[in-house]
Amino acid sequence: MTEINLTIEQKKFPKSNQAQSENIIADLNLNIHSGEFVCLIGPSGCGKTTLLNLVAGLDENYQGKITFGAPHNDCRIGYVFQNPRLLPWRTVRENIELVLPRHTPSHTIDDLLASMKLTAAQDTYPQRLSLGMSRRAALVRAFAINPDILLMDEPFVSLDAPTARKIRKKLLTLWEQQFHTVLFVTHDLREAITLADRLIFLSSSPMTIVRDVKITVPRAQRFDDRQIESFRHELLSKYPDLTPLL
Amino acid sequence: MTSVAQSQRDRYLAGLSLFVFILLWHGIASWLATPLLPEPVKVMTVLWSEFHNGDLLHHLCITLFRLTTSFIIAMLLGSALGILLGRAPVFDHFFDNWLIIFLNVPALVTIILCYVWFGLSEVAAILAVVVNKLPNVIVTLREGAKSLDKDLLEMAQSYRLCRRKILTQVIWPQLHPYFMAAARSGIALIWKIVLVVELLGRSDGMGFQLHLFFQLFDVASILAYTIAFITVIQMIEISLLKPLDRYGRRWQR
Repeated sequence: MTEINLTIEQKKFPKSNQAQSENIIADLNLNIHSGEFVCLIGPSGCGKTTLLNLVAGLDENYQGKITFGAPHNDCRIGYVFQNPRLLPWRTVRENIELVLPRHTPSHTIDDLLASMKLTAAQDTYPQRLSLGMSRRAALVRAFAINPDILLMDEPFVSLDAPTARKIRKKLLTLWEQQFHTVLFVTHDLREAITLADRLIFLSSSPMTIVRDVKITVPRAQRFDDRQIESFRHELLSKYPDLTPLL
Repeated sequence: MTSVAQSQRDRYLAGLSLFVFILLWHGIASWLATPLLPEPVKVMTVLWSEFHNGDLLHHLCITLFRLTTSFIIAMLLGSALGILLGRAPVFDHFFDNWLIIFLNVPALVTIILCYVWFGLSEVAAILAVVVNKLPNVIVTLREGAKSLDKDLLEMAQSYRLCRRKILTQVIWPQLHPYFMAAARSGIALIWKIVLVVELLGRSDGMGFQLHLFFQLFDVASILAYTIAFITVIQMIEISLLKPLDRYGRRWQR
């Protein structure tokens, strides 16, 4: 079981041309339950990616504490970055095998590749793929390790709408099977309502939580556009302060 | 023009240029008619007889042995040090001056000092070549290690790849072009230095032989040995370095 407890008092970034540093995150407290699907929404450049990097352990230069339910090293983290970040000198399949423990049964990869329609492209080098295909390959890589925590940084940007819709469904199916804790960064409120249990609205510089909203649309109706639209409308009329954050 | 026809034309041109070179050489040599510039045919005869009596092969193999040994040592040691300097700024700042000193010591000085300090031995000879090549490799690989892709390193870190995987699958492929550049310029540099090293302090090898022919003013033999050596170096380039290079680039578009 992997809950995430975040207490970030302060995260600073040195400004490149000035002596003083800029406060990126201040007083951000967030508890995410095990298996919860949480979407982070905020203006671009507000520090959402920085936050994911802190959770992933890529940046330890901050004041505060991030704990998981399990010890850090036992936690498998799948991270879907904003850009695919595949190794260009390894084929799609080799890229996925790279992050897996040895002797992983090959059907795990086969199934995921098939569900993302990448079976035909599995022996291709990433530079010969379209951006959409590379993104899907990066998704397969994150799912393949069966992560305890899944970090996703606008993973569906630049995918065409039908593909994005299909992959969202796939993501939810996998999430219901594997029940990983998901932190999902997006700009798209409709996407967030479709996917998440909870929406966290964030303000920019320094980033802190503006609102924490539970989504009441039942899981079965998440792909009904009218339900999503009405929830969205209700949300924005109830909290007019959210509109500038989108 | 189709690419097939074009590559055929290129090959034809390359052959023609070689032919023109030999023809020019022959023309000048027969016009001057001096033993100081023998005709191509004369050189080929010498080459053939030297090859037959075994001298050429003997000295060529010894030189190649020295070349290979010092090349491997310089590349391995230089890569390791280069990566270290590229990744650890403290070491880089500390050793930068040392590198500049070693880069600028003339090859001849290193060779002489090695012989003076360590005697006219095989070890001193190889050491002299290695010391000449090493700073070059370090500088090239250091540049490579400095420009590693941070995105991919972060990916490797967040997926908790082990050190071996990070080194062999994430870092090394990025250094491969730098390594190949160092290897290419390395062979070109080393084989010239090896000859000087042999000339100054060894009693076998190509350099020693050339020294001997110089004292006898035997230009035909000098040219014959040169041709043999160029051929061997070209064969290394074509059969080893080019395929390695192509393999390293197979994923590029």
